[in-house]
Parts: sequence; C-alpha cells; structure tokens
Amino acid sequence: MGRFLNTNAFRLAAVYFALFATSVLALLAFIYFSTAGFIERQTEATIDAEIRGLAEQYQEHGLAGLIEIIEQRVNAAHHTRNNIDDTLYLITDPLLHPLAGNLEKWPSAGERGNGWIGFPVEEKRGGTTETEDARASVIVLPGNFHLLVGRDLHEARIFRERITHTLGWAALITLALGIAGGFFMTRNMLHKVDAVNRTSAHIIHGDLTQRVPVTGSGDEFDQLAQNLNVMLDQVERLMLGMRQVTDNIAHDLRTPLARLRSRLEVTLIEKPDAARYAEALRDTIAEADNLLGTFNALLSIAEAEAGSRRAGAEVVDLAEIARNVAELYEPVADEQGLALKLDIADSVLVRGDRHLLSQAIANLLDNALKYTPAGYVALTVGSADGLARAEVADSGPGVPADRREAVFDRFVRLEGSRSTPGNGLGLSLVRAVAKLHDGAVWLEDNEPGGDFPGLKVVLQLPLAPANASAADRGAARVAPALAAPTLVAETARDFGEA
Amino acid sequence: MKLLVIEDDREAAAYVVKGLSESGYVVDLAHEGRDGLFMASSGNYDALIVDRMLPNMDGLAVIAALRSADIRTPVLILSALGAVDDRVKGLRAGGDDYLVKPFAFAELLARVEALLRRGSGGPATTKLKVGELEMDLLARNVHRGTREIELLPREFRLLEFLMRHAGQVVTRTMLLENVWDYHFDPQTNVIDVHVSRLRQKIDKGFERPLLHTVRGAGYRLDAG
Repeated sequence: MGRFLNTNAFRLAAVYFALFATSVLALLAFIYFSTAGFIERQTEATIDAEIRGLAEQYQEHGLAGLIEIIEQRVNAAHHTRNNIDDTLYLITDPLLHPLAGNLEKWPSAGERGNGWIGFPVEEKRGGTTETEDARASVIVLPGNFHLLVGRDLHEARIFRERITHTLGWAALITLALGIAGGFFMTRNMLHKVDAVNRTSAHIIHGDLTQRVPVTGSGDEFDQLAQNLNVMLDQVERLMLGMRQVTDNIAHDLRTPLARLRSRLEVTLIEKPDAARYAEALRDTIAEADNLLGTFNALLSIAEAEAGSRRAGAEVVDLAEIARNVAELYEPVADEQGLALKLDIADSVLVRGDRHLLSQAIANLLDNALKYTPAGYVALTVGSADGLARAEVADSGPGVPADRREAVFDRFVRLEGSRSTPGNGLGLSLVRAVAKLHDGAVWLEDNEPGGDFPGLKVVLQLPLAPANASAADRGAARVAPALAAPTLVAETARDFGEA
Repeated sequence: MKLLVIEDDREAAAYVVKGLSESGYVVDLAHEGRDGLFMASSGNYDALIVDRMLPNMDGLAVIAALRSADIRTPVLILSALGAVDDRVKGLRAGGDDYLVKPFAFAELLARVEALLRRGSGGPATTKLKVGELEMDLLARNVHRGTREIELLPREFRLLEFLMRHAGQVVTRTMLLENVWDYHFDPQTNVIDVHVSRLRQKIDKGFERPLLHTVRGAGYRLDAG
C-alpha cells in the first residue's frame, strides 16, 4: 500500500479526485441554495399576496367583513388540510387583543424587517404538540387594527431536510465512486507500468530475450511497449553482433597469435643455428605484421561505423576517386592477366570522405582481382535518379545467393577462399563506409543465368545536392586542362622541397 | 647528424635509440615533454622524433611551442592514433611527418633520412639527376643516357619521389602516402607491381640497375 501511495499514478488520481470532489460539492451547494431558497421565496410571495387581498377586503367590507373572511379561511383550512393550520391568520384591535384568526395571541417576536416577523408556534400533530418556526407578514389597517398573515415553516423545513438528505447521499455516492474509479484506474495504469518494469528487471538481470507484453489496444502504453520492444530488438541484435565479432576476433587473432607463440617456442626448443634463428624471427615479424593489418582494418571499420570523420562535410568526385584507385590497381590486373575494364563518368559528385571512399573502392577492386582466376574485372561509375553508383563486376566464380549478406559480416570468408590472403574485413569496411555516407552496398550476379555468373558489387551513394554540384562540376570539368601545372604544384607540395 | 627522441615509453625509446645509433646517428633521449622542449630549444638537433602522448606536456604542444619560438628543426611524430584526422592534426601542429605505432624500424629510419634531406633544403630544382638518369621537371620528360623514357603521369611522380630521395631507402608506405596520397593498407602488393613496371622502363636494357629492392624495407634508387 505504501508503494501504491508513493506512485505517480496515485498522486495523479488524488489530484483529479480533489478536483472532482470540489466541483461535485460546488454543484450540490448550488442545487441546495436554489431549491431551498425557492421554497422560501415562494412562501413569502404567497403570504404577501394573501395579506394584500385581505387588506383590500377590509377596505371594501370593513372590519366585520374581514373577520368573516378570516374565519372562513381558518375553517376551510381546518377541513381540507388534515386539521393542520398551515396558514396563520390573526387580526387584533389596536391593543393587540385578538379579534379573529387561528393564533391565540399576538406573537411576541421581534421584527425581521420589511414588516416580516418570525416566531415559534405550537402545533398539535397526531396527539403531540410540537414547536415549529413560523413566518408572518404584518400590516396595520386603518383604525389601527393589526392584521397578521403567516405560515408555519414545517413543510419548508421538511423539504429542506429532504434536500439536504438527498444531496448528502448524492455527494457521498459520487465521492465513493470517484475514489473507487481513481483506485481502479490507478491500479490499471500501475499494472501496465509494472509489466514494463518487470520486463526491464529481467533484462537487467541478463535475459535479453524478454519483451514487454503488448495488449493490442493500440493505446499509449501499447505504443510504449512496442517502441521498447523495437529498441530491445536492436540492442539484442547489436549484442549478438558484438558477441559474434568478439568470437571472430578471438578466433582470427588468437589463431595467428598461437601460431606465432608456438613458432617462437619451437625455435627455442630446437636450439637452431643463427641462420634459423634469423629466419624464425623474420617469420614472426611477418606474422605480427599480418596481425597488425587485421587490427588496423578492424579499427578503420569501427571508425567508419562511428562516423567520426563526419562524412559529407565536403563534396568529392567519386569518378575521380575511382579513376585514381583503378590506376593504382591497373598494373596488378595486368600482371594477373585480367582485363581491367573502366567505364567511369566524367564527374559524379557526392558528399563524403575521400580517404574512406578510396579505400572502399580499393577493397572492392582488390577482392575482384583476388578472386577472379581469368577474364576481366570491370569498374563502372555513374549516376542516375539522384544516386551515385559504383559497380565492380568480375568474371569470377561469384557468391551463392544465400551467402550474399553474410560476406559483409566481419571475418566472414567463403569456403575455398581461406587459402588466399585476406582477413575477411574488406567488405565489412565497404558496408560501414556506405552506411556512413547514407548509401548501400549489395551483391548481384554479374551475368545472371550464365555458367559463370560472376559477381557484381554495387555501391550506391546519394549524389551531392544540385546547387553544390553545379559550381563544383564546373571546377571538375576544368581540372583536366589544368592537369599538368596542377601536378607540378602538387608534387612540389608533397615533397616539400620546392 | 644529431637526433633527439622524446618518448616516455622506456622500452620503445631504447629500441628507437639503439636502432638509430647503430645506423650512425648521435641520439639524445628525453622521457617527458618539458625536458624534451628544453633540450630541443637549443636548436642543436638535425631532427626530432616526438611521441604524441607524453607526460607533463603533450607532444603536439611541444612542437607548437618550438615552432612559435621559430625553431624549424624537422619533426617526425610517433603516435598510436592513426586515423587521417589525427594525422592532419599532427601535421597542422607543425610536424613534418607522421608515423603510426607500431612501425618497422626500417620505416622509421627511411622517414628520418627523408626528413634530414628535406631539412638541408636548397633552391627549387627543375632538373633531377641520378647517375645517367635525368628528369626535367618543367618539360616533364625523362632520359637515361641518350634514350628518352616514356612514363605515365603516375610513374613520373613515382620516379620523381625516388629521385628526390636517391640513395635513401624509401618504404612502400612512404610511396603510397606521397605518390598516391593514400593512408590505408591496400593488402595486395600494388606498390611492388608499380615499382617493377617502372623498373622495366628505366633499367631494362641497361647493364647497371638503378632501382634496387631493399629486403624487408622498400626500395632505393641509387647510381652507385
């Protein structure tokens, strides 16, 4: 219960309940005053009308006529109203001695202003005598006769009591309903929040498979649950990815480290000659360099994935980048007896990081050259529909359709490629670079349906905005004409000797 | 030639000092930034090798302080931070070259030699000559003896770099950085292929080769 009192939901319910109770009470008070007051005003209006009527009678018929009328009315009241004198009449001489009416003597009561007086009357009801408040109007007739017309307030009192009673119960029932409703609403809300809390607790304790229950009502709590679940899915995926990477790192770094260690140990045991020692050391250094290479590649990927280089800060020419990388690899293709076919547009401007894009295209070409035994490797760069596209196609063995996503994962190398040098990180970097540039990269058959489908890797990036590209494209077009002097300037700068 | 190494890691420092001493340099060592700055301020050194992260005073701050005191001694920055941004920051602070840890000693030596050569300066040249190999930077042509050698633009830049560092070992990484401006490891031996193509053009048909492979380090263009 203490916990319940402490909840936000309870506090909210309490505030709303207080507001609710105040408005209900105000409403009831208004009803009370308008009904009970109405009865009072009604009574006074009736007395007023009656006393005026009697005064007129007096003027027309004189004192005797008035007395006769009053006696008639008193008798009528006796007969029709269960022997209860609701209306009080009294007419007295100037010395306040009663002449007629149903009051035995002039009441000894104070003025209540405007000719109204209030006084107690004794009433006989079913054998008992009760004292009841009465209210009356008094006028003094010509001849100093006093006329009193009044009414005992028995019925008004009964009515008021009934109203008070009814309104009291109404208030009580309403407040009880309010409390109950607030309690159930709060509990309901708490219940839903509790479900989220319970799930969170499970997750905190390590069970990432738990999900917040979704009721299907589509309310805010459901939306919250759905959002949390999507978030949890992502966290789980990342955790899984991380675990996989850790496993892979453990495997791919531990294996060469173990090899390195055992080689050193064996060398020590063998106690070989100096030449063997030197060889063992050289092998060890080569192995260490391989490890460093893998490590650097992992770092590059992590860096690209973190987006720390703020890709998109400058406009670069993907075509030029591709031409430069192609030029770097052209002799390699040549040496392997592969044709390097280039189809590169004049200028394809994208927002991005020149170094990362260079490395991505270099990795793609490197892969294609490595895994294509014969035929060709083609690099195509162009743009269409607001997208820049760089494709590296080859006539190699291709990648089976069901492995085309897997090869982008870190350290994944296809069967049969383990013998070729490489660390299985090349495509991971390309994907990280693509993502960093809001682009995508995927694999396709180069020649679908053929015996050798080959492989086509498509790297797609958004083009730089048109206004930026217009100015830059002009510059890019001029560039070839200036190539020679630019080269000299660059050379001087690079070597720093000029 | 006198060098100053500012490096706080004792083992790494010992490794660098030993290697450089054996290569014939006189090497002083400082283990922290402020001492290093004090020693370097004398201006008695031909080149500085500065670790980026140092106790008391950051390596980049040391370099910036030296430069603002108008001490132009060439500086090679050593750092475990290898991203392009880190490199740019280091060079902007006044460093002349940037080497990422861990490195092969041959790489360090080659870069120090390149720095020392740069430090000696000299007027802007329009012609480079190594033995009978001549390069005209204005006409952009190359001759070996009487024979004109046709080079592609990139081969021209590659040869120019080698000629400017004639007699020195030039590593593959240095070539990749200076000729191609790439700071990543291209995995395949692309540089070797480019160099062997260049070798075909300048050495084929001549008795004495000019372009030598230095095992475990890189290449050297040498008339001797």
